[in-house]
Amino acid sequence: MDGIDRLLVDALQEGMPVCAHPFAGVAEQAGITEEDVVARLQRLLQDGSLSRFGPLFNVEAFGGSYVLAAMQVPAGDLEHIVGLMNGYPEVAHNYLREHRFNVWFVVAAADAGRAETVLRDIEQRTGIPVCRLPKVREHFVGARFAA
Amino acid sequence: MNCELDADDYRIIAATQGGLPLAVRPFHVLAEQLELAADDVMGRLQRMQDRGVVRRIGAVPNHYALGYRANGMSVWDVADACVDELGEAVGALPFVTHCYQRPRYLPDWPYNLFAMVHGRDRTETEAKVAQIAALLGAANRGHCVLYSRRILKKTGLRLAPAAAGA
Repeated sequence: MDGIDRLLVDALQEGMPVCAHPFAGVAEQAGITEEDVVARLQRLLQDGSLSRFGPLFNVEAFGGSYVLAAMQVPAGDLEHIVGLMNGYPEVAHNYLREHRFNVWFVVAAADAGRAETVLRDIEQRTGIPVCRLPKVREHFVGARFAA
Repeated sequence: MNCELDADDYRIIAATQGGLPLAVRPFHVLAEQLELAADDVMGRLQRMQDRGVVRRIGAVPNHYALGYRANGMSVWDVADACVDELGEAVGALPFVTHCYQRPRYLPDWPYNLFAMVHGRDRTETEAKVAQIAALLGAANRGHCVLYSRRILKKTGLRLAPAAAGA
C-alpha cells in the first residue's frame, strides 16, 4: 500500500455519500481521477487489504438477528468442524482464538428463529455445546483502523 | 427499532450484501442490475442509512493486512449493577473498536462486558487492556484477553434469498 492507498482506506472507512459520483470527493483529496480510485479499490480487495466494500447493514434494524457464539473445539477436529460451520451462509464471521473457548463465530439471520435453528443444527451435527452470547447492549461500534 | 422495508429495499440488500459494484457510478450500475431508476436506488439507500438499516457505505479493511496483528477480545466480569455505566465509559475509550454487554454463561464464562482492542503487537494491545483495567478499578472482578489466531471466515451478512425477498 502506498500513501494514496492509505488515504483512500482511511477516508472510505468513514463512509461515502450516496450520490451519482460518490468517489469524486476522495479522488480530489487524493489528487487522482475517480477511475483511479476504483482501480485502486479493486486491487485492495483482490490483495486482501480490504475485506469488503459496500453498505454495512445493521440486520437488527430490520428484524434480523445477530448472535455471537463460542465453542470448545478439540484441535484435532478443528478443520472438519470449522468446514461444517462455515458451510452455513448465516455464519458471517468465525475466528480462532487462544482460549479454552477457541472458536468464536457470529450467526446473522433474517430473524431470531432462523439464527437459533442454525445454532442448534451446529450443536447437533458437531456434538459440541454452543455457548450463545447475544448482545444485551451495544456501547460502541466504530471500528476504524489507521491505515 | 424495527422498520418497514419493501421488496425493492430487500432486493437492494440482497444485491449489495456481498459488496457494491466497483465503478465510477456504483449506484447507477446497481440500479441497472436491479432494473430500477438510479434516483430510486439512491433514495432508498439514503433512507436506509437515515433509519440505521445501513450503518455506512464504505470500506472494511482487513486489520491484519494493515499491520494490526495483535487483535484481542478483552472480556471483563463487572457487577451487573454498574455494567451499563462502565460499558459506556469503556466504549468511549478512543482505541476500543467495539464494546458490548453480553450475558454470562456460568460456570464456564463469567464475563459480561466485551471490548475489542487491536495493536500492532501484544505489548501495544496489553497497554490498552491495562488502561481499561485502570478505568474499571475495583469494579473489575476478573478479566481475560482472547487473541485471535486466525480468521476462519469473514463474509458478513448473507441473507438467504427467500428472506431477502429475491
